[in-house]
Amino acid sequence: MANIWERLKKGMTRTRSGLGDRLRSLFRGRAWQEELWDELEEILYEADLGSSTIEYLLSALHRRVQQEHPATADQVLELLFQVMVAELGEQSPSLSLPAGGPWVWLMVGVNGTGKTTTAGKFAYLLRQQGKTVVLGAADTFRAAATEQLEEWGRRAGVEVVHQAAGADPAAVAYDTVRSTRSRGADLAIIDTAGRLQNKVNLMQELQKIRRVVERECVGAPHEVWLVIDATTGQNGLTQARVFLESVAVTGIILTKLDGTAKGGIAVTIHHELGLPIRFIGVGEKAEDLLPFDPHDYVRAILGDETGAIG
Amino acid sequence: MFESLTEKLQSTFKRLRNKGRLTEADVKAALRDVRLALLEADVNFKVVKDFLATVERDAVGQDVLQSLTPDQGVIRVVRNRLTELMGTSVERIKMASNPPTVIYLVGLQGSGKTTTAAKLALMLHHQGRHPLLVAADIYRPAAVDQLQALGAQIGVPVVHEAGLGAVDLAQLGIQKSRQLARDVVIVDTAGRLHVDSGLMDELRQMQAKVPAHETLLVVDAMTGQDAVRVANAFKETLPLTGVVLTKLDGDTRGGAALSIRAVTELPIKLVATGEKVDALELFQPERMASRILGMGDVVSLIEKAERALDKDDTERLAGRMSSNTFNLEDFQSMLHQVKKLGPLSKVMEMLPGMGQMNKLKSQVDDSSLVRVEAILNSMTVKERRRPDIIDGSRRRRIASGSGTSVQEVNRLLKQFQEMRKMMHQLKGSGGRKKMGKLPFPPMR
Ligand SMILES: Nc1nc2c(ncn2[C@@H]2O[C@H](COP(=O)(O)OP(=O)(O)OP(=O)(O)O)[C@@H](O)[C@H]2O)c(=O)[nH]1
Ligand SMILES: [Mg+2]
Repeated sequence: MANIWERLKKGMTRTRSGLGDRLRSLFRGRAWQEELWDELEEILYEADLGSSTIEYLLSALHRRVQQEHPATADQVLELLFQVMVAELGEQSPSLSLPAGGPWVWLMVGVNGTGKTTTAGKFAYLLRQQGKTVVLGAADTFRAAATEQLEEWGRRAGVEVVHQAAGADPAAVAYDTVRSTRSRGADLAIIDTAGRLQNKVNLMQELQKIRRVVERECVGAPHEVWLVIDATTGQNGLTQARVFLESVAVTGIILTKLDGTAKGGIAVTIHHELGLPIRFIGVGEKAEDLLPFDPHDYVRAILGDETGAIG
Repeated sequence: MFESLTEKLQSTFKRLRNKGRLTEADVKAALRDVRLALLEADVNFKVVKDFLATVERDAVGQDVLQSLTPDQGVIRVVRNRLTELMGTSVERIKMASNPPTVIYLVGLQGSGKTTTAAKLALMLHHQGRHPLLVAADIYRPAAVDQLQALGAQIGVPVVHEAGLGAVDLAQLGIQKSRQLARDVVIVDTAGRLHVDSGLMDELRQMQAKVPAHETLLVVDAMTGQDAVRVANAFKETLPLTGVVLTKLDGDTRGGAALSIRAVTELPIKLVATGEKVDALELFQPERMASRILGMGDVVSLIEKAERALDKDDTERLAGRMSSNTFNLEDFQSMLHQVKKLGPLSKVMEMLPGMGQMNKLKSQVDDSSLVRVEAILNSMTVKERRRPDIIDGSRRRRIASGSGTSVQEVNRLLKQFQEMRKMMHQLKGSGGRKKMGKLPFPPMR
């Protein structure tokens, strides 16, 4: 599997002035000065971390600066790097399924974040590992959502459980779990329709899907993946909060990191809600799904230590 | 964090006012609140910086400082500048004098192009046009199926031919428009990253063969700081003529709208406010300004109220509200009216002073409304007309009758009293006029 940093870098080199790059060159070889705080603040804002997290990180940095008296700007940047990596916690394990099962995963999120694509990527990658996967097309609302998942089913070589458009999504979820079990498959991945978190009835529909899955399989759903688009701003936190409350999200998947957005709201989500960021999407192909690595991720925001990128 | 800007400013100024006269430094302090609000609304960092510099000039120069309510003064300056920035007029889709008009929808993956294409087709159809859709997203699985399904739903033909590239499809669209006597061609393009030079080039080639009259950038209203980079990059490649802001039915503040507008000067022409095919509206600059500031969308709410509510009923209620005899029965009919406005969350978004309520959003949803109604229904007519007679034992009976708790009944009664007091105070104070028409229940 290609190195995640290489892939992240790919996105950044395509823009002439990666943010981190700019920051690095501004800091390089300079003595640390108070006005550089503004630069740090700016880069964190530009990465969408949001004010409360930025305040938190910078005051943590401030403490380190007071303790360690770094002389150069580079050293301060390195401290910030450490603060952020520590905040983000462990590196995520790579994609795998434990023995046993059948396991049931649920894909949830607002519209257009990459739920269906990520479900397809999961199916494909796990199929490559020799697992048997069943995809459940529980987005019965959006036009051609089923067809989209079926195409991923063909690519991955896995079965797709579906019903007619407009069918009860909970019924599709039920069928999917049933079919997974009767086939002795390892994993069911249930794709759900995108929904904005402030739509009470749609969130209730999602809870119903969850309940049906719970009833049909003990301990299920084993993962509830909240898919967040890296271009999302501060609304991402509200998304995470409401989806967490409604269906007990277990992990974040941050998609579209192959663009210029840094998805800093995921840091805030992690900080505020304690949800782990588990995978990142860096493209539209099946292989473009990688385990989250805090180190590489912070590098993508603050730039490469070596300075010039690409 | 979600505390509304208005409230925040009020408290800032209250603090300041205790010192006597306001100074330039005080305004600066107030503008720090504005800065945070804008950043929290996802307005681009640099745009915020520039914006505040101008606002400060305006605010200091005017008689804001002498005013008795400097918070209102500063808010007004901020809001006016913001509205100005958002564009002063409603911008329409321009039609070519020589049909067919060619409209391209472009943007990042997942921003909502396909749905918007269908909505736009329907909107134009309602205006008496004869649109045609071109399915030119040949990459995303089932994107063509999606547009075809939507086309069938709204009765607009969809052009596609398997095996053709995007450029050929655009040309085919023009051809078909002639055959089918269609005067607008709407091209749905594949989502692409602005940094994907190969795909950006594809768009350029399409437009070289089939020039556009309108090229609309479709942007997700929830976009953060990246919006500016994306819009700039698309603008460098294509002759963009405007922006469509999607998913505005969410609870995002939508600062991306301001950022894009400020940096690219592109007008925002349309906003999408729902998943249904008719959920597309013309963009209203000053509503967006209020929304970004967290000041609520009162104009929309009033319009919606006017559409949904029974006029006689509301007028009667409004009369009752300002009278001293406002009782729980009136309150019950108020609830009834409020329910007609749609899901409570949506109504709440549009209200000013939403900050406090937003925090309570998870509690204040339609299910809490249902409980309040149950409590009211469990009261006797006499109790509703004369709430003062509801003593302890009556409260217990009402609680068990409605499947709620005595605490809930107590809370409701207390809120009702507060509301009555508030209404009394509102009488005569200027802002009441419009709001008087709006029945709204107290929140817990
Ligand atoms: N560049 C890039 N595009 C992605 C990534 N993940 C998904 N996409 C694209 O984003 C668009 C939307 O993805 P979908 O998987 O359809 O999103 P969804 O959440 O299922 O959408 P709805 O079901 O409509 O809510 C598609 O064009 C995907 O190809 C990613 O990591 N990078
Ligand atoms: Mg989907």
